[in-house]
Amino acid sequence: MSTIQELFSEGASLAHRLDPRGKIVVAGLFALLMAVATTYAATLAGLALAIICLALARLPWKKVVVRLLVVNSFIFFLWFILPLTYPGDVVWRFGPLAATRQGLIYTGLITLKSNAIIIALIALVATVPVVTLGQALHNLRLPGKLCHLLLFTYRYLFVFEQEFHRLVQAMKIRGFRPRTNLHTYRSHAYLAAMLLVRSYDRADRVFQAMLCRGFHGVFYSLRTFSWQRRDGIFVVLSMLALMTLFYLEWLMPSLLVRV
Amino acid sequence: MSESLIELQNITFAYPGAPHPVFQDFNFQLLPGKHIGLIGPNGCGKTTLLHLIMGLLRPQAGSIFIFGEEVRKEKDFVAVRKKVGLLFQNADDQLFCPTVLEDVAFGPLNQGKPPAEAIRIAQVTMERLGLQGFEDRVTHKLSGGEKKLVSLATVLAMQPQLLLLDEPTSGLDENTKHRLMHILQDLDIAYMIVSHERDFLNNTVAECCHVHATCCKST
Repeated sequence: MSTIQELFSEGASLAHRLDPRGKIVVAGLFALLMAVATTYAATLAGLALAIICLALARLPWKKVVVRLLVVNSFIFFLWFILPLTYPGDVVWRFGPLAATRQGLIYTGLITLKSNAIIIALIALVATVPVVTLGQALHNLRLPGKLCHLLLFTYRYLFVFEQEFHRLVQAMKIRGFRPRTNLHTYRSHAYLAAMLLVRSYDRADRVFQAMLCRGFHGVFYSLRTFSWQRRDGIFVVLSMLALMTLFYLEWLMPSLLVRV
Repeated sequence: MSESLIELQNITFAYPGAPHPVFQDFNFQLLPGKHIGLIGPNGCGKTTLLHLIMGLLRPQAGSIFIFGEEVRKEKDFVAVRKKVGLLFQNADDQLFCPTVLEDVAFGPLNQGKPPAEAIRIAQVTMERLGLQGFEDRVTHKLSGGEKKLVSLATVLAMQPQLLLLDEPTSGLDENTKHRLMHILQDLDIAYMIVSHERDFLNNTVAECCHVHATCCKST
């Protein structure tokens, strides 16, 4: 069984049934707005919106928490570095190290922003199977080459995963145990190189097979999407919500703290 | 010359860096309606022969005639590929579209068929091979046997006049082998099969040829 899985793409919730194109556009705009937001008011409102979307997607919450923990483990390191290096008023001193108030506020903001974006993407984009995602992006007039790059990557990811496991197994049955020595590093380098060479060969064969079926540089998409009333309602509501965020961020004097 | 589907005359072909050429003054002919099996040890040039016919490899010397016309340039081979289908040894090389329907319709779309027509052809072809209901299956999640049958559907959807099969039975179970056997027996076009399985060949082709560096000898 493959270890690469689409954990959240299957389901029958409202978030799953919406047209992927609407979800992608809304998620994209939301992520953009959140990325440039600098106030706690807009960020907290954004986080609340993202959580509402997540609730609508009715995903297995344990898996969502696991995924959030993975993301937050990266952010965790920011808490060690940013408060100590950001210039501002010192609130806490430990030997030569000093944490600043502005640093703590800034790190908190980044934490909230990242979580809001990740939750929104889990609720809106991860609920679309990758294959549909590629077709929807193509339908949204994204350059064909980029969409097909995504679809090809996804298609052959599994093949390379299998090849990787076969190679690792072949190493294991001959008694290979990773240690901290040159032999281990060299073997891992061979493994990586072999995967690269094989992927090159495979790309060659796939292209040949495509030529044999009359490929002449143009891809055709057969997928059609149906835009329904609920998609219209979803996009209008989302736009209103995004405008509220915009208002909180830029038009209203800072509610809580502006960094 | 016009009576043979494929005619190779005095072909010389060597892979770059290889000490011996695969083919030296090689001659070969395939007549219409014939079903031929190609056999021989690994590395004797069976797959190379198929790739030379499709124009994926180019000979260093000699000439190739397909449907009575000489093919030399890429442009000539583009026309050949519309009439000759090649089933690759590894189905993962052949299936690259997300869903089965899109993969089977890929060839007809390349031939310039409108999408509705391409979908119809794809569905008819899949029905012929007993693959009804596979339209929305994701290609990489199919089993090995299913992948092979879908690959065959992608080639047959282009309505070729000649079919080349490169070790079609490798990795298949008995059941799928039998399905493939019956599909081939029902085909009304000429085909050539590269295979190591005499049993399979005995049931699908009239004669077997041993591939040598200079010619194919009937066994």
